[in-house]
Amino acid sequence: MTSTVVIDKAAPTRAARYGSMSRDRTWALRWSYFFLTLFAIFSLVPPLYMLITSLKSSAEISAATNPWWVFHPTLENYVGLLTSNQFLTFFRNSALVSILVVTITMLISVPAAFALARMRFWGSATLATGVFLTYLIPDSLLFLPLFKMFAVFGDLTGIQLINKWYVLVIVYPTLTVPFCTWIMIGYFASIPKELDEAAIIDGASWFQTLTRIFIPVALPGLIAATIFAFTVSWAQFLYPLVFTTATDQLVLPVGIITTLIKGDVFNWGQIMTGALLGAAPPLIIYAFLMDYYIAGLTAGATKG
Amino acid sequence: MVDVVFQPNNAAQARVVRKRSSLRATLRRKSTAAFLMTLPLILLIGILVLYPAFYSLHLATLNKSMQRFVGLGNFEFLFKRETFWLVVKQSCIFAISAVIFKALIGFIVAHFVHNIPAKGQRKWRGMLLVPWVIPPAMSTLAWLWLFDPSYSAFNYALSFFGIGPIAWTGDANWARFSVILVNIWYGAPFFMIMYLAALKSVPDQLYEAAAIDGANWWQRIWYVTLPMMRNIIAITTLFSLIVTFANFDIVRILTSGGPLDHTHIFATWAFRVGIEGSDIPLGASVSLFMVPILAVAAIFILRDINKRGNEA
Amino acid sequence: MLMADVTLRKVIKRYDDVEAVRGIDLDIADHEFVVLVGPSGCGKSTTLRMIAGLEDITDGDIMIGGDVVNDVPPKDRDIAMVFQNYALYPHMTVAENMSFGLRLKRYPKAEIKTRIDEAARMLDIAELVDRKPKQLSGGQRQRVAMGRAIVRNPKVFLFDEPLSNLDAKLRVQMRIEIKKVHQKVRTTTVYVTHDQVEAMTLADRVVVMNHGRIEQIGTPNELYHNPATRFVAGFIGSPAMNFVPCRLEDVAGKLHIRLTDRVAFPLPADRAARYQGIPRNEKLLLGLRPEHIAEAKAHPEPGVEAFDSVLDVTEPMGMETFVYFTLEGAQICGRVSPNAGARDGSPFRLAVDLNNMHLLNEVTGAVL
Repeated sequence: MTSTVVIDKAAPTRAARYGSMSRDRTWALRWSYFFLTLFAIFSLVPPLYMLITSLKSSAEISAATNPWWVFHPTLENYVGLLTSNQFLTFFRNSALVSILVVTITMLISVPAAFALARMRFWGSATLATGVFLTYLIPDSLLFLPLFKMFAVFGDLTGIQLINKWYVLVIVYPTLTVPFCTWIMIGYFASIPKELDEAAIIDGASWFQTLTRIFIPVALPGLIAATIFAFTVSWAQFLYPLVFTTATDQLVLPVGIITTLIKGDVFNWGQIMTGALLGAAPPLIIYAFLMDYYIAGLTAGATKG
Repeated sequence: MVDVVFQPNNAAQARVVRKRSSLRATLRRKSTAAFLMTLPLILLIGILVLYPAFYSLHLATLNKSMQRFVGLGNFEFLFKRETFWLVVKQSCIFAISAVIFKALIGFIVAHFVHNIPAKGQRKWRGMLLVPWVIPPAMSTLAWLWLFDPSYSAFNYALSFFGIGPIAWTGDANWARFSVILVNIWYGAPFFMIMYLAALKSVPDQLYEAAAIDGANWWQRIWYVTLPMMRNIIAITTLFSLIVTFANFDIVRILTSGGPLDHTHIFATWAFRVGIEGSDIPLGASVSLFMVPILAVAAIFILRDINKRGNEA
Repeated sequence: MLMADVTLRKVIKRYDDVEAVRGIDLDIADHEFVVLVGPSGCGKSTTLRMIAGLEDITDGDIMIGGDVVNDVPPKDRDIAMVFQNYALYPHMTVAENMSFGLRLKRYPKAEIKTRIDEAARMLDIAELVDRKPKQLSGGQRQRVAMGRAIVRNPKVFLFDEPLSNLDAKLRVQMRIEIKKVHQKVRTTTVYVTHDQVEAMTLADRVVVMNHGRIEQIGTPNELYHNPATRFVAGFIGSPAMNFVPCRLEDVAGKLHIRLTDRVAFPLPADRAARYQGIPRNEKLLLGLRPEHIAEAKAHPEPGVEAFDSVLDVTEPMGMETFVYFTLEGAQICGRVSPNAGARDGSPFRLAVDLNNMHLLNEVTGAVL
């Protein structure tokens, strides 16, 4: 038995809008670009202003001419900082700390992530979640007890931790390792299990599987995690502010703030130059490796 | 002939022996290797995160010179101080309003970036993420200079519109605004990137089906985009809430908590009290007040992660 | 030359409370190509993985070349495996993929090169050796996966549903490739698939599995013409065998098989003799393959009985036409010649070839 469908042509219909699809699309595009430009300006004003100020002499700054334009550009700030031993010491400290921390972070995170992602052992699931949760214990909660702990440690063992740049190498990993482990777990977990089995049949041990298969295949994740660890280390402010005070032990962020601001006299030209130079390494990495940078951020959430 | 008769027995015995030793061998191989590989991680977190967290509980119960046990004395002291309640109020207002705006702006900008053709997206994405890439300490210095009482570039520009010089960091309410503004400037790109990734993962066919069903742009967002992105939105919002709540750099550099403690938040005030005031136990008490709020947020995050795991 | 026979003795695999493999006994001779076939969840992949050493054996023994390998790790069992998803290392070239196992064992470079060249030539992938897997098509990847197995010169090849990810046409091509390789290399092979066509075309012997047990082992022809159980009868052959509920009946001194109130056929003499002892009221199933239900001919042979039907649907396949009709609510499939005049919905005179019938016990599923 076939049924008949009755089409009621008298029923009310929605008012038809006769606009051209492409015209709507163009307008949507125009609005998009307009707002994007606004937001881009909002995003780029501070760094651009840093650049502008850094090219001004102190005379020009205090003359209070148009702050948005450089009338007599000069490189004296750059030269001054780049020849200053103090500044170079800050830069060196930052670089040393960051590189060491990145190395330590990867050495801890990668095996841990491999074990948590691949080797199902008792408590591995809780450990993985637990790792992520500890990332939520902020440095602003831990800096005081850590300060006391290091002071006590120094008294007990004679190894001075307070006011030495290498103490940062010990604490920074707490900020980088949990998230880097989380990133690597995501990447390792996305490698199909059959690859493990093919490697087993080919005769690889756990270690060989990790080094010759997993690490090369998850290389994008490794790069992303490395960039993340470096950026976090380089930008750290609270821990170095608390743990280091002597000028030759300071890292860049703290160094610029504390030494270039002497009393009430702010040498803004130099400060902005210092800030720009301090922001340079992450920006350069970002410029060349933007995709890995972004992958590092989004990996945590979308790969879960 | 004899061999054939003997073989089955040997095989059976050998099988039993081999099974027992293999059991032990397997246990030894996999679990211990795995445990050793995670040991540095466990030690790091145990010694430098978990232990200090609990240690601060102990510290908070000592007096200033850390010789005597005063129980909840520090907390009683704090509760009576007006500054403390100011800090609580300010921390909450900063965190909530900053996160709301960051999420909103991030969501809107992500949509715009998603709308333009794919080739151009990379360029715009690159520009818009810059605030997140610059170390916050450095960029806050730039804002400090932009807000300078005498030389503010913003005031210079505003003066052309007849708007009088604004005390960005001098006036209590403007200072609060400035701190939140810098926080939003720094954090919105993070939301944008996350939401952009999530937007890309919504299948086009859903939008097409909605369009055929007659939905306009607002309805498409409400009925298609938001539900599909619910998990990401929840996780990033909660995550940012915690990070913003515990933020130190921006307030410290921009206002140092002033004027008159009107921009102090937990982190900066704990620093003021604990390090600058050399009263570690009191500082620890201040920091500890973040814990209940962080714990609540953490519980919500856990719930969402588990939910996502079940849906996946 | 070492013997490369594979023996499974009472092999059982238990996961918590579930028995995936419930006691398998199997003897695979040296050089033999054995296919494990069955529906998903029947335990064939688990069995293969136990032979490979990727799964622990709960109970029983597996022997390769006469040695018990229960606790021997995969790399020492001298086996090679081809996976369903190829499992090629994405960051290595074809040559590196194929030589990975050899490099781990530190074979001399010259030897590695010789083996790769030989395998590449055999599989026709010589020009691809420097490419990465993502630059290859599905069929090429599968060849590389096979190449990786061949260069190891193992005692046993293990194939885990290697053709499931390929499209139909490619599957036919690769089947032929696999058979050619086996003819050249003659390595003992255990091949797992859910596709009975692959089983029939590739195997020396087929092992039909269901619910963790072996239903029947035999050559493809044996399984096709002499299935032992209802499962095997219905699984092997496409389109599947028809099963019609029936009873035996004595009519006028001759043994008949009654399908419906109106339809009953006399049995051919040899069948009548074989089924004489079966109780007449027992519930039985008549098993008849579609090719044995054809258009009625003018001069039917003995044992071929004609009857009238009304066709529901016809499927013209070019070389033959499949016809579907209903008998007591059950859908039956027959095969007629393309120009027999079969049309949708039209009445048609068919004939059943009872010389090729199977009689099954409806309850136990055994073929009588």
